[in-house]
Amino acid sequence: MGDDWWPYIVIAVAGWLATDIWRWLGVLAGNRLNEDSEALYWVRAVATALVMAVTAKLIVFPTGTLADAPLWLRLGAAGIGFGAFLIAGQRIGVAVVTSTLLLGLGLYWLGF
Amino acid sequence: MSPSSDTQSASFWFLTGMRGITSLPAIILMTSFVGFSAFAFESGISRGEAIFMTISIWALPAKMILVGMMASGAHIAACFVAVTLSSIRMMPMVASLVPEMRTERTSTWLLLLLSHFVAITAWVFATQRLRDVPREHRATFFAGFGITLTLTNTVIVAVCYGVVEAFPPVVSGALFMLTPVYFLASIWATARQAVVRLAFVIGVTSGPLLALVSPGFDVLYAGIGGGTLAYLIDRFWIRGRKRTVQAEKLHGR
Repeated sequence: MGDDWWPYIVIAVAGWLATDIWRWLGVLAGNRLNEDSEALYWVRAVATALVMAVTAKLIVFPTGTLADAPLWLRLGAAGIGFGAFLIAGQRIGVAVVTSTLLLGLGLYWLGF
Repeated sequence: MSPSSDTQSASFWFLTGMRGITSLPAIILMTSFVGFSAFAFESGISRGEAIFMTISIWALPAKMILVGMMASGAHIAACFVAVTLSSIRMMPMVASLVPEMRTERTSTWLLLLLSHFVAITAWVFATQRLRDVPREHRATFFAGFGITLTLTNTVIVAVCYGVVEAFPPVVSGALFMLTPVYFLASIWATARQAVVRLAFVIGVTSGPLLALVSPGFDVLYAGIGGGTLAYLIDRFWIRGRKRTVQAEKLHGR
């Protein structure tokens, strides 16, 4: 037997198990929560803050090609897109199209 | 209700969940997975490994981290710590969905199984749509969406792997931008309670700032600390003030 199976063990242990543990703990914790209980308010706040911290980091400290784009372009594209979304009556498509286009145009203009 | 009509409406709600594959969040996620296949290929991860990752880990940020660690030849224990730290958010995400999804008859085993399909996109989708689904069909509805989304993206990785070695930078840059921008807009748009908007603002600002101060634990601090701060402000200042006003109206004059 070669070493071909080793990466699969790494993925199963350091990937699958490492993520699903938290999902399972979430089920066990959530089973004890009542809808509209004070604790659920807190859990929602923590979940939202966590997701938004991850999201903001995808823009500020990106991996892949986006890492080569200057920070001002990433922040500008995201910020203007979000502003347009608010002005347009919170239409999600507006944010996505505006930010993506601005970023694409900016990269093109910078000679990427 | 007769058993047959029960089964019928269950399959109706499963199919309704499946149809979520054509929704904006699902389409954006699928384009991100096209980007992921290119990233995995570039990093020297095999096709089989990329497919196995997609179906077994599912959450995109955790996969990106694992690919990066495996490509750098990190020890399995180091990989585990990095991935598990990035995945702690799963716990409050799942915990906030469970009270909305279960009935008294929903078995914990089913919820444990379904929780695997929770990642940010499915969480956003469920937060938006579950309330419009009759309670007894919410788990079925979520299963239809979550399983379809995971399997479709697994197929996308299997097919797209190696087809595109690398996109032109303008395209791949835009692809990587889609997901965070979508999360920003959709989570703000679906926030019904003041506490969620507060947590949103605190999380967005403190995440990157804390990354400079304490890399590795930044998201954890931003989430637990920022979320708790948002909760306290909401409870004692926003809702507290409302309550005082109501109390004054009741007791005044």
